[in-house]
Amino acid sequence: MRSLWRWIVSSSVFLSITSVHANGWNMPRGVTDVSGEIYGLHMTIFWICVVIGAVVFGAMFYSLFRYRHSKGAKSANFHEHTTVEIFWTTIPLLILVGMAVPATATLTKMYDASEADLDVMIIGQQWRWRYEYLGEEVAFTSNMSTPRAQISGEEGFGEHYLREVDEPLVLPINRKVRFLMTSDDVIHSWWVPELAVKQDTIPGFINENWVNINEPGIYRGQCAELCGIDHAFMPIVVHAMEEAEFDAWMVERKEAMKQEALGVDREWEMQELMARGETVFESICAACHQSEGQGAPPAFPALAGNARLIEDREWHIQTVINGVSGTAMPAFRNTLNPVELASVVTYTRNAWGNDTGDSVQPADIARRLAQ
Amino acid sequence: MAPKLPPTYPLEHSATTAAGSQAPTHHAPPRGLLRWLLTTNHKEIGSLYLIFSLIMFFIGGIFALVIRAELFQPGLQLVNPEFFNQMTTMHGLIMVFAAVMPAFTGLANWMIPLQIGAPDMALPRLNNFSFWLLPVAFTLLLSTLFMPGGGPNFGWTFYAPLSTTYAPPSTTFFILALHIAGISSILGAINIIATILNMRAPGMRMMDMPLFVWTWLITAFLLIAVMPVLAGVITMMLMDINFGTSFFSAAGGGDPVLFQHLFWFFGHPEVYIMILPAFGIVSVIIPTFARKPLFGYPSMVYATASIALLSFMVWAHHMFVVGLPLAAELFFMYSTMLIAVPTGVKIFNWITTLFRGSISFESPMLFSLAFVVLFTIGGFSGLMLAISPADFQYHDTYFVVAHFHYVLVPGAVFAIMAAVYYWLPKWTGHYPNERLAQWHFWLSVIGVNLTFFPMHFSGLAGMPRRIPDYALQFADFNMLSSLGAFLFGFSQLLFVLGVVLCVRGGKKAPAQAWEGAWDLEWTVPSPAPLHTFETPPVFKRPTP
Repeated sequence: MRSLWRWIVSSSVFLSITSVHANGWNMPRGVTDVSGEIYGLHMTIFWICVVIGAVVFGAMFYSLFRYRHSKGAKSANFHEHTTVEIFWTTIPLLILVGMAVPATATLTKMYDASEADLDVMIIGQQWRWRYEYLGEEVAFTSNMSTPRAQISGEEGFGEHYLREVDEPLVLPINRKVRFLMTSDDVIHSWWVPELAVKQDTIPGFINENWVNINEPGIYRGQCAELCGIDHAFMPIVVHAMEEAEFDAWMVERKEAMKQEALGVDREWEMQELMARGETVFESICAACHQSEGQGAPPAFPALAGNARLIEDREWHIQTVINGVSGTAMPAFRNTLNPVELASVVTYTRNAWGNDTGDSVQPADIARRLAQ
Repeated sequence: MAPKLPPTYPLEHSATTAAGSQAPTHHAPPRGLLRWLLTTNHKEIGSLYLIFSLIMFFIGGIFALVIRAELFQPGLQLVNPEFFNQMTTMHGLIMVFAAVMPAFTGLANWMIPLQIGAPDMALPRLNNFSFWLLPVAFTLLLSTLFMPGGGPNFGWTFYAPLSTTYAPPSTTFFILALHIAGISSILGAINIIATILNMRAPGMRMMDMPLFVWTWLITAFLLIAVMPVLAGVITMMLMDINFGTSFFSAAGGGDPVLFQHLFWFFGHPEVYIMILPAFGIVSVIIPTFARKPLFGYPSMVYATASIALLSFMVWAHHMFVVGLPLAAELFFMYSTMLIAVPTGVKIFNWITTLFRGSISFESPMLFSLAFVVLFTIGGFSGLMLAISPADFQYHDTYFVVAHFHYVLVPGAVFAIMAAVYYWLPKWTGHYPNERLAQWHFWLSVIGVNLTFFPMHFSGLAGMPRRIPDYALQFADFNMLSSLGAFLFGFSQLLFVLGVVLCVRGGKKAPAQAWEGAWDLEWTVPSPAPLHTFETPPVFKRPTP
């Protein structure tokens, strides 16, 4: 019996120690001044709790040991002592005031998002992030890039399992970056522990937060507010660069945005549209409608064999552009460009045996968007 | 105001003593199922509540084990994310509304009349109705799991618009179920208040009541104050879903954050509803086994009342990252920190009660002592969470999950188990098997800590709550938590075994089953007859 207990205790201690050494087990100190201050607050209050705990539990276990009935302890009969009670009401109050002062200072600092060098709009969408560099005409969505086969166990886990994206948010170091945060559908929460930024993105509201990163690097986080089926699969990757490097990236990215939007005016081949459409569908639509278009009714209708979709081309296009109000289907008019819209509509009209044979041209979509 | 005399029942009066009597035959209750369906007896209704709560504790526990089994290792092995979300939601809803709350109501039904020397609850038929609403409500709630689109999948906090625009069709049934459960709670609370205020034994002042009665009185006021708020918020959801309103839909000019304000105005007092009666239980048990009067009785009462009042002023600490203005963040940070003061007073009082006592360690005492230690740990993490800047890192992570499970499992649930072991001799006339109870205790303590302590670390390291799959750095902590959860879960079978054995037989208990127990319930025989205190006892203040 006793050896069993010893085995359980020692193995659990061993397990906890090994996990502690293998991985992080505390809040990261982070790479901004604010995250450092928060870490300091966290550790201060932690040690205060440890000291209080030692005193309180010490007194408790002393009493439990010293005044055992089995050792013939006779109980006293006191049950009141006003001075003691005033004492242990006042002392905690003073400790609390001591904690509140630095906490207030840090919080006030965190709330000052003024005089930012760069504004980035962060938009939560089921289940991806969209980043828009305001005034720079650079915007993109950032999807998880971990293959579904890793999640289902058909492939081994990659190094950054569930914490990797197709396109990270790129930020400069040593510049104050203001985040403006909102959501297109439900409430999400954008969180990167190393930056100590966690802020809900709420449909219809714009929240504000900011960072000033001190060290270049890649920082990973994920959505922190339950937002539906793929809540766990909505990672955030921030790539913090030296300022010059960032400026170069920005120029390059602007050029790439221009290239992507090209070709709206020309006639697209069916094969081109299908190929582009499949990529868009996999990164944007498959989370709900599933990669074989089978959907997950009743919330997410099937597209494969969907009679209305096959018969009513006009309705299909309108649905993708404007969404369906009161359902989970968002409007994509602002998140996808005309080429992407045209190709994904074409793809869904022809994949998985839908075989309508018709296509939608980017120019047609661009005309509708302009109306 | 002088306490009113309890009503007397002329038909039974002749055969009664202060110690109770067998019900006369012409007043015999119907037999079989109908007896339980129609009973208006506080002891029988108390038992119904407790049995219901135990069943729901196991159902909610199975949901928890589904969650922990999926989280045993990274990757999706057992369930898909959709079902996982239904499990986290249902686990929370069932444990809060169907396990912990009814268990306390059951204990109140059994023990409040016995502790204040009343013959029954003030409103016995209402009492029957309050209970039988519960099986209806939770059968309805559980049935949503089998409906097309599945059951609620938006967390027990059901934030809009995930729970409105984006919710499965079964959400309307979830709302109805919660309405019914809410009515049950309100009626139960009214009954408890009426009983305590009107039916105390002659001579028993408010400040003579056992603390379990006091904490329940305050809890009942909290229930009456906040359950209507819950009813309001779910009705607004109902309107948004079915009747085209836009209370919480930004697209229609509504406000998703309003939902959270309303929900947490209910939700924060709700968490105290689940812990105040536990404070009462522990305040009754510790003096019994320390063989020494409770230290600072009046300050315990005032601390409970302060906690209850403060609970209405702290709700937005659940919303530190929704983008509150700075002034609001500061206000809710300060008010939340203040709660540590009365809570600290309680803990200091319990420990001072132990000091210079004569302490023995029967199972009710063990659970109560574990309560004090582990609840305090939950209190510490609560204090850390109150620090708003730090909460930006803690919020919605496993650190929060660790925190509230520490106050709810080794907090509320351990107190309920302590109460069951403490009062089983009174209910059944037999002592529970102490050896079995000790096994149950030690396995539960180890299981609970193995489950929830590593969650502090996974949360601090960055693992959000409510995810079915996680990054690799959280794997070790999750494996430990899952092992602990299965240990804790299966240990509870020992509890059931202990209770069943105790009902069927065991060492006979005298009226005063515990040496240091002095409240009124220990003056009636064990097991307590169906009718007790038909003639009110004369309450004598213990003279120190």
